[in-house]
Amino acid sequence: MNQFQNFTKGLLKENPILVLVLGTCPTLATTSSSLNGMGMGLATTFVLICSNAVISLLSKMIPDKVRIPAFIVVIASFVTVVDLVMQAYVPDLYKTLGIFIPLIVVNCIVLGRAEAFASKNTVWSSLIDGAGMGFGFTLALGVLGAFREILGSGSLFGHKFIQGDGILVFILAPGAFIALGYMIALVNKIKQK
Amino acid sequence: MAKTESTFRNMALSLTLIALVSSALLGFVYEATKKPIALSNLNKKLDAIRQVVPEFNNNPNDEMFRLPTGEGDSLEVYPAKKDNVITGYAVNTYTNRGFSGNIKLMAGFRPDGSIINIAVLEHKETPGLGTKMADPAFKDQFNEKNPAEFELSVKKDGGPVDAITAATISSRAFCDAVQRAYNTLQKGGIK
Repeated sequence: MNQFQNFTKGLLKENPILVLVLGTCPTLATTSSSLNGMGMGLATTFVLICSNAVISLLSKMIPDKVRIPAFIVVIASFVTVVDLVMQAYVPDLYKTLGIFIPLIVVNCIVLGRAEAFASKNTVWSSLIDGAGMGFGFTLALGVLGAFREILGSGSLFGHKFIQGDGILVFILAPGAFIALGYMIALVNKIKQK
Repeated sequence: MAKTESTFRNMALSLTLIALVSSALLGFVYEATKKPIALSNLNKKLDAIRQVVPEFNNNPNDEMFRLPTGEGDSLEVYPAKKDNVITGYAVNTYTNRGFSGNIKLMAGFRPDGSIINIAVLEHKETPGLGTKMADPAFKDQFNEKNPAEFELSVKKDGGPVDAITAATISSRAFCDAVQRAYNTLQKGGIK
């Protein structure tokens, strides 16, 4: 597998949300608008790239029996960095994402890639893997957020183009499940071809 | 390099090392972001004050004082002054009657007790329903009203306030928060 395939597998073939179905909690909760979804996606991408690189660098040094606590400390440090930086420079986005930023620590995608990929591969491929997975995650969250925002509040990226209320259920939790279900179905259809 | 074996010494050593490096990194980032975070919080507060009281040329944040609510709590009051004459008070008020969690508002009052404007600081209401309390269509109906003669209760409860459709609880909570700010100011003897 070359590096290009390594990057693109995160987009569709092994998309963390639509195919692996990991990290659905922040996915469902933060995609009430396209901007929130993408903000969450980018924050997770940053953590993924950094933690993947550091973990692949350290994997030889970390004894197997303590690898999970060691990985979590590395991941938690990067999440706290994101948390503080977002609080300082994008306070509005930080306010809407709220508790889901600290919760990136327990996002299965991050630990999953650390365990399944970064601990067995070189730093460079781990970086690419993190970027691809993060990009796929961001893309899925952005599309899901845009879909819910268009149907639910008649706007896209905060620009209102339909007056009035929209279909309220898409802003609420059930709409998130419905929208995600249809997206997964669509991706399965595409993958079958 | 061979894989480090899982002996007690190796495990303790590698975890200590990772924890040390991580805490050094976090300490550095914390120091670097401390000032911008404090600044952005202050700006957010000043923006809210600016929205709810008329022009001022003092620093309401420095002259902030606390007034007891009479419920064992106190509210922050930010006096707005123009050339040392009080033009209004911004009250950082709250309610715990929200549909989910507390709602925090910044309510601006004239010295005679009438409402100038209200800004929503924080809430966890249902998106698309309770969140509409931040829309001018709802919150602007309080502007220029004096709670002394304008009863702060929704039409369902016999008052004059137009509640948000499908969010009567949020509307009631909003009224409750404004009422708390008004009562506190009046009790504090500020006219």
